[in-house]
Amino acid sequence: MDVFVGASNTITSLGFSTAEHVKQIKADQIGISIYPGGDLYPTAVPLSLIDSRRLLDVFREYLCKSKPDFQLDRFTRSEMLHILSISDTLKNSGVNVKDPRTLIILSTLKGNMDLLKKDGPPAIEPDRVYLWRWSEFLGSFFNSSNKPLVVSIACASGALAILVGSRLIKAGAYDHVIVAGGDILTEFAVSGFQSFQSLSPKPCKPFDAARDGLSLGEGCGSIVLSRNHSLCGIPEKIVVAGGSCTNDAHHISGPLRTGEMFDVAIRRALREASLDPLDIDYISAHGTGTEFYDETEAKALSRAGLEEVPVNSFKGYCGHTLGAAGIVESALAIASMRNNELFKSAGFENPGTSDHINVLTDHTSREVNHCLKTASGFGGCNVAVVFKKI
Amino acid sequence: MDLLITRHMRLQNHCVWLNGAVECLLEARSIDQLFRGIYRYYDIDYPKFLKMDNLCKLAFLSAEILLRSTDIVQKYPGEEVGIILENASSSLEYDQKYMESIRDRKKYFPSPSVFVYTIPNIMVAEIAIRHHVKGEHAVLILEQFDPELIYHYVSELFRNQQVNCCLAGWVESYGDHYQSFLFVVEEEDKIKTFKGRPEYVIFDPVNMKKLFEGKSI
Repeated sequence: MDVFVGASNTITSLGFSTAEHVKQIKADQIGISIYPGGDLYPTAVPLSLIDSRRLLDVFREYLCKSKPDFQLDRFTRSEMLHILSISDTLKNSGVNVKDPRTLIILSTLKGNMDLLKKDGPPAIEPDRVYLWRWSEFLGSFFNSSNKPLVVSIACASGALAILVGSRLIKAGAYDHVIVAGGDILTEFAVSGFQSFQSLSPKPCKPFDAARDGLSLGEGCGSIVLSRNHSLCGIPEKIVVAGGSCTNDAHHISGPLRTGEMFDVAIRRALREASLDPLDIDYISAHGTGTEFYDETEAKALSRAGLEEVPVNSFKGYCGHTLGAAGIVESALAIASMRNNELFKSAGFENPGTSDHINVLTDHTSREVNHCLKTASGFGGCNVAVVFKKI
Repeated sequence: MDLLITRHMRLQNHCVWLNGAVECLLEARSIDQLFRGIYRYYDIDYPKFLKMDNLCKLAFLSAEILLRSTDIVQKYPGEEVGIILENASSSLEYDQKYMESIRDRKKYFPSPSVFVYTIPNIMVAEIAIRHHVKGEHAVLILEQFDPELIYHYVSELFRNQQVNCCLAGWVESYGDHYQSFLFVVEEEDKIKTFKGRPEYVIFDPVNMKKLFEGKSI
């Protein structure tokens, strides 16, 4: 059975729709800027933050139009983002979220990360800090028949959520899945990643020789999956052709540097898609900009025979958007497939990995029929997803 | 292809059940004491255990009890074994502790070994590292144990040849509440020689629910 991907939405510092992101990326806009120091971090650090004023304006307008009975202060930042993203994707597809055959799958690290603080806003029930309550709140906002499911495996959550959705449709459990996910940034994430000394003092440079860490970003994204192409909202027929998720079984917070299990995930995804490495036209990599994860990913791509395939990381544009990353980057990769155009990997100048990979240094037009999306994260997880035009 | 639950365990109310029979019932005044008691009862020697948060401890102990005296780790290459866990509270207890610890801005950058437990899939990683399990894995978060979801997802992994053996279940811990139910799923033709063993149970949502509730099949 084919599972089609369709309409999507992405919200990051670069904009509030997938189309706006494509436009900004083509204009070489970088959403990562220097945060001057404050609540999120004691000193100046590059971050990619969503424009709060625009978020409130857009959300207020959406509520007025769609749900005038609801008060603005009843929603958290994360909930606003997810509601806007999901509603935009639904609007552009034919999938009915109230259909009992539709499931919402959410990918996140922390959902309402800001409610982890003891003194939350008065109009918000404190128990929405629980991921199942956060997801239930979002599901009930859309009157979904099924309670949403949350997928959470660190920074690979978004890519796995797409796989989980595709597999549940293939298993016959649902006909349509809205995969959505994201994370906001609070001092929780910023301090945590800095405790690993993962944050770069400059905007991140994935795969570059001078890379020295990641840049955190806020983001939210959503994509429609359906067994029925006519409900997907895009004319191109693009399917989730294969995917796999492996574990390094090596270390709780560092990758297995041989890239061995990452390679296994890629090979399995290609096998399921019945494709050879040379069939892949483009790779949307995880590429965080940290020394070891980029090194490992390049090793895995090279091991899998993908060293000459054009590859980019979107994290140089909008940072590492955590639970959103796999979804936002897949949405942009699907845009590349639809438009047959590839984007340069922002921040990359000089090759900086032991194993050669073909990092994109210019925006180029190229027919893209088969795309590989990769992701990895703490806990030793590696995810590979293959999208195929049919 | 028929799938079977070939071994199952539960840990709740200070009691451990293996394949439906009580293994041990421990007295303990706190969860911490209980988990340490179980660790000693099974004579486990794994110093990393002491560093884990409660969610990881529960997952680790559950897998240890389940996989002890089985040949699963020998029988299947690690790449062919999956770990699919459901849970309600994610790593929230630890997240809140972490948040509390950075309130004091002088301690804004704690040690990395502290932050890493703020993601729920570390419980998968701890099991994976201990038992060399390298295949498919997921942490699926929802209010209550959902056997239908596990049934569909794990069946699809087998159908897709992503796994030949899978650990699955429910591992939940927050505050004083903890509960685990973990089981092994295998394909019937791979375990032909054991056919007719009464402890084997057809892998379906009804049976999973019964085992979760401690009822006999």
